[in-house]
Amino acid sequence: MAEASTSSGPYPKKVTYCGVCSLPPEYCEFGGTVRKCEEWLKQHHPDMHEKLYSQEAIEQNLSTLSLEAQKRAEKDSQKKAAKAASAEAKAEELRATSKVLIKRIERNKRKYVTAVQGLEAFGLDIKKVAKDFGKKFATGSSVTKVPGGGEEITVQGDLSDDIYDYVVETYPNIPEDNVDCIEDKKKKTAV
Amino acid sequence: MFKKDATPGAKSKVKSSAQRAIRSKVLDEYPKLEPYIEDIMPKKEQLDLVKLPDRVSLYTLGSTPLFFQHMDDAFMPHLSLVHKYPSAFHRLRIDRGAIRFVLSGATLMVPGLTSAGGRLPNDPEDTEGTYGDEELEAGEVVVIESEGKENACFVGVLKMGTREMKKVKKGQACEAGHYLGDGLWGLNLG
Ligand SMILES: [Zn+2]
Repeated sequence: MAEASTSSGPYPKKVTYCGVCSLPPEYCEFGGTVRKCEEWLKQHHPDMHEKLYSQEAIEQNLSTLSLEAQKRAEKDSQKKAAKAASAEAKAEELRATSKVLIKRIERNKRKYVTAVQGLEAFGLDIKKVAKDFGKKFATGSSVTKVPGGGEEITVQGDLSDDIYDYVVETYPNIPEDNVDCIEDKKKKTAV
Repeated sequence: MFKKDATPGAKSKVKSSAQRAIRSKVLDEYPKLEPYIEDIMPKKEQLDLVKLPDRVSLYTLGSTPLFFQHMDDAFMPHLSLVHKYPSAFHRLRIDRGAIRFVLSGATLMVPGLTSAGGRLPNDPEDTEGTYGDEELEAGEVVVIESEGKENACFVGVLKMGTREMKKVKKGQACEAGHYLGDGLWGLNLG
């Protein structure tokens, strides 16, 4: 979040936000990533960490809740942690198993377009990537809907190899093994 | 209101006449922002309007969210703005036990405000006068702070006046609103 301040005096108050869960650190305890949050705070704002995570602070927090409420809160935070962990694992798995397909398609005799699918699984903004392709290769590049859901980038011209190199180079979080080039030959029509 | 993750829709520039109107409406609603309004929405800078799901409009200055509005309802401050100017808004406080419910998007209930850890206006335990002496009516925009925390966690519209809350001590306190960690908070305004 951008911080902008021109006035003197107490306002605007400068608030620190957690680099992991984005909330003010005093609220990290209610999210599912509290362990990571704590590490982050210790590294970036040790003074704040000391205040929020001291034994005293933790005990005081608990003492304002009834025993029953404490149990519920604990169960709740375990659930949240499990949820966050499984969401992360899922995202990781999705990244590992997702393929980027670069397909050479024959449009007319000796006229090709190149279709690129699967980039969104790696957290990329397809529209932006399509624009980048267009600029990089000085050609028409657009996002089109794929029958059966999803979107792909269609680039004019036979650029499979160039796009392969570009994708692998530009997006280090896409493993090279997950990028495939294939050819989509037009069905031979009887002459 | 923003329980689901939201993706920002079309972004457009706010015309300068509309920008003036927004500024004066915001000041009507939150007169205590007057000393800071030039910092918050400088006259010479361009506000943007970002369309969000369910007919919510969000007004931003660059990538900083300022106020959001459902249809033609009141302008409500984004929590990051509340954190910068906390005393410019009507505020109440919930007890510690209610925090996790609010942060999971549940409706704010009156007992969270009337219990020992909660605070309403004219609270005898509020020795510093943080929560004021002005009773609030249903329909007013309030900021909700939390027992033991410095920063607010929720912005919403009161469903019940504070006087009545003290009497009945039960029921729903607020309409659905904007809470820490919700779709509005997590919005990527790049
Ligand atoms: Zn955190």
